[in-house]
Amino acid sequence: MPVAMRSRFSRSGMRVCLAAGMVLVLSACSGGIMDPAGPVAAGERTIMLDALAIMLAIVLPTMAATVAFAWWYRAGNKRATYRPDFVHSGRIELIVWSIPLLTIMFLGGVIWVGSHRLDPARPLESRVRPLEVQVVSLDWKWLFIYPQQGVASVNRLIIPAGVPVHFELTSASVLNTFFVHQLGSQIYTMNGMRSQLNLQADRPGRYYGQSAHFSGDGFSDMNFWTMAVPVGQFNNWAAAARGNGPVLSAANYRQFARQSQGVKPFTFRAVQPGLFDAVVRQQLPPAPGPETGRGGHTMTSPGDAH
Amino acid sequence: MFGKLDWSAIPFDQPIPLIAAAAIGVILAAVLGWITVKGHWPYLWNEWITSVDHKRIGVMYVMLGVVMLVRGFSDVMLMRTHQAAAFGASQGYLPPEHYNQIFSAHGTIMIFFGSMPFIIGLMNFVVPLQLGVRDVAFPTLNSVSFWLTASGALLTNVSLVIGEFARTGWLPYAPLSETSYSPGVGVDYYLWALQIAGVGTLMSGVNLVTTILKMRAPGMGYLRMPMFCWTALGSNMLIVAAFPILTATLAMLTLDRYLGFHFFTNEAGGNPMMFMNLIWAWGHPEVYILVLPAFGIFSEVFSTFSSKPLFGYRSMVLATLFIVVVSFTVWLHHFFTMGAGGDVNAFFGISTSVIAVGTGVKVFNWLFTMYGGRVRFDTPMLWALAFVLYFVVGGMTGVLLAVPPADFLLHNSMFLVAHFHNVIVGGVIFGAMAGYEYWFPKAFGFRLDEGWGKLAFWLTVVGTVVVFGAFYIVGLEGMTRRLQHIDNLAWYDWIMVALAGTLLIAGGVLAQIMQLVVSIRHRDRLRDETGDPWDGRSLEWITPSPPPVFNFPVLPDVHGEEAYWEIKQRAIEQQQLSEVPDYQPIEMPRNSPTGVITAFFCTFVGFALIWHIWWLAALGLVGAYVTFVVFAWRDEVEFEIPAEEVERIDRARRESRQVILERGAPA
Repeated sequence: MPVAMRSRFSRSGMRVCLAAGMVLVLSACSGGIMDPAGPVAAGERTIMLDALAIMLAIVLPTMAATVAFAWWYRAGNKRATYRPDFVHSGRIELIVWSIPLLTIMFLGGVIWVGSHRLDPARPLESRVRPLEVQVVSLDWKWLFIYPQQGVASVNRLIIPAGVPVHFELTSASVLNTFFVHQLGSQIYTMNGMRSQLNLQADRPGRYYGQSAHFSGDGFSDMNFWTMAVPVGQFNNWAAAARGNGPVLSAANYRQFARQSQGVKPFTFRAVQPGLFDAVVRQQLPPAPGPETGRGGHTMTSPGDAH
Repeated sequence: MFGKLDWSAIPFDQPIPLIAAAAIGVILAAVLGWITVKGHWPYLWNEWITSVDHKRIGVMYVMLGVVMLVRGFSDVMLMRTHQAAAFGASQGYLPPEHYNQIFSAHGTIMIFFGSMPFIIGLMNFVVPLQLGVRDVAFPTLNSVSFWLTASGALLTNVSLVIGEFARTGWLPYAPLSETSYSPGVGVDYYLWALQIAGVGTLMSGVNLVTTILKMRAPGMGYLRMPMFCWTALGSNMLIVAAFPILTATLAMLTLDRYLGFHFFTNEAGGNPMMFMNLIWAWGHPEVYILVLPAFGIFSEVFSTFSSKPLFGYRSMVLATLFIVVVSFTVWLHHFFTMGAGGDVNAFFGISTSVIAVGTGVKVFNWLFTMYGGRVRFDTPMLWALAFVLYFVVGGMTGVLLAVPPADFLLHNSMFLVAHFHNVIVGGVIFGAMAGYEYWFPKAFGFRLDEGWGKLAFWLTVVGTVVVFGAFYIVGLEGMTRRLQHIDNLAWYDWIMVALAGTLLIAGGVLAQIMQLVVSIRHRDRLRDETGDPWDGRSLEWITPSPPPVFNFPVLPDVHGEEAYWEIKQRAIEQQQLSEVPDYQPIEMPRNSPTGVITAFFCTFVGFALIWHIWWLAALGLVGAYVTFVVFAWRDEVEFEIPAEEVERIDRARRESRQVILERGAPA
């Protein structure tokens, strides 16, 4: 009788826990990486959930067996058989090695296919010609150059919805990652290197973008909004951007590359041709760091470049 | 005269480190004063500081680890309370230059000065006892290793008040860690503290590998070693293979910073990506250096508290060695997002998940160790059970992160933070706690209070589930790590949940400290008279608690996988102890101040190099070298314990053993 009661209690307890768990996971959805807004993020979420399901199929029984074995074979349980000589079993060994091995082989297939299909450098399948965007991470702001439109935007990424975007990325100074989590795939920006990334927003919207790799004092606020807008509106924006704002020349870039924080979004009406390549090839040298740090000299607080 | 060092190095503008340092200073002065007044210095110097006894050194390692874990946890309190107060318009109370030091110090301290000394301490204490020998292969070197680790820990903590610590994360990725972007002394503190401690760790690895390979009791073949010795062997082989990579990588960064080299700079052909590759070529094996001994502890605990031998012993040995080898082929999974391409990412993704096979085998074997056993839920066993439940989840999220497309979403997120805390806290820290509770009676001769131990266990386990559960979820919401200020309000609730969980863990830490205090106060009631409080199975339990300096009056003869269990069962069956052996005088290594003096000089070398005080660095180096030469030219190496003394000590042990005989007939 007590045993039956206990099991009923634990079953209902488990149901409550499961329900609570589901609520937690669902509440985590909106705006997060479980709420994809483009084909890349959606594909990655699918792979993530597939892999999770494959593993839960062994992890959950294992957890249950741990609790069950420990409880049933508790020292006080007179009904459990004590088998101190049960220390080896070829059959169990076979199962013990096979289950993880088979799971990992299966998962290995998922990894192999997924790594190639969702390689960030792989162009997206689309009938529309991709938009080119060149991204430079600076201390501590984002520069988005639109070579086809001849304009550049700071700390705000405007893209047309439904159009694939091909990003080329580099860094003016230290490592960062470019990450708009509802669109998918983050990737490192590295000085002297050119990374490739292909993303697409399926529907218009405002998506949170950030650097996901620590890059120094101004890192926390190195965020930007990504605005996915209808194609016509995008063209209007580009046309308007060409109408005002400063010019991004090499000299202006050097000034702009100095450390600063909290730069409000603005646009450059024109960009010196080949500027991005010049950054990648270090014809424009890596951006400077702070003047000095603590240790014998006065502190300089960054943020006075503007 | 003092290089870069002047008064501006003291952060007078930041009250938190100053108050913290003042508090530590007061406590330290009080402890030192108490020792002086009570006249404990000769005892401390002779019995502990200059001791080359592996048990004493092991205990000191663990003490260092415990203190540093608490120190690292104080960083946790700062980070959690700060982040909870740094949303939107609110900026929290820590400016970036301070907050960034705290999370860097947290990682560095928890890994290098908390977990490592704790785990190495347990290996030091237990391995020679389990092997049935009297000491490690190189006892004085062992002392040097410990004191160098302590020296590194000291330098790291000095940075709290003199200058600054690294603001680059616990692994100082170039080019952020290069002089152009980190001109302060923070990275230099990191480099020299880790170099000095790293030398200690490497020597400790050499020492334990030699001990396990060359010094085992008669009859103890490799396949008769307890599982903990096997995992210790695996871990120390990894130390010997991996730590030189760390030393070389840090040396290259040091050359960049001090002599204007260009290994990892942006300019002049430097390659920052090479730093990531090298540091993780050490860093991933490091994870297994920490967790393998923990696996060994759990193997001992599962077997002892299930009253059964370890299930599938040979399979476990194989799985351990499998992990040792494969752990060197996975480092690239730390930067799938570098854009290496599908082939490379897929290779490292698959090799990473393959490690889970070895771990999976271990988990199943622990399960079947309990199957058919008589499971006792003492505190060490509770930690072990929580570990399994915890670790399979952490392992699962780890394999999830090993799937490159999933990693593209989760890299550097709070989900990742949750994952590695899930495995390091659930694996290494739970393992260290299980080992601490399990071997404490052996080290000190009395048990720890079970009530406080269980309270600490439940608070810590529930607290960590809450904290890292919240981290997993907020990671799925896209929150990234190391944020000093958070402008996305969607994450607020989960950060508050994490704060609540942190308070539970803080309760756990307090309960753990209370357990020690209460147990010391009631040590007479908790006294372990028999030397075998848990009905143990391996050779450490044949010795009295605490063991005499020579461990074993005569080296035990080993006839099977469970050396002590078989001796014990035979004695119980025949209702008499084994024959009184022929006692011989025993030679033991003499105490030596070499370790503490070398470390004393090395601390000055490190400090001087950090602050560019070249004359002091040279002086320190000469001092350390002279210490070594004096040691090398010593005449008397050992002292002799006469046979009568050995016999007297062993007679007391044999008398206490009668209790075990009467405890029960063989099962």
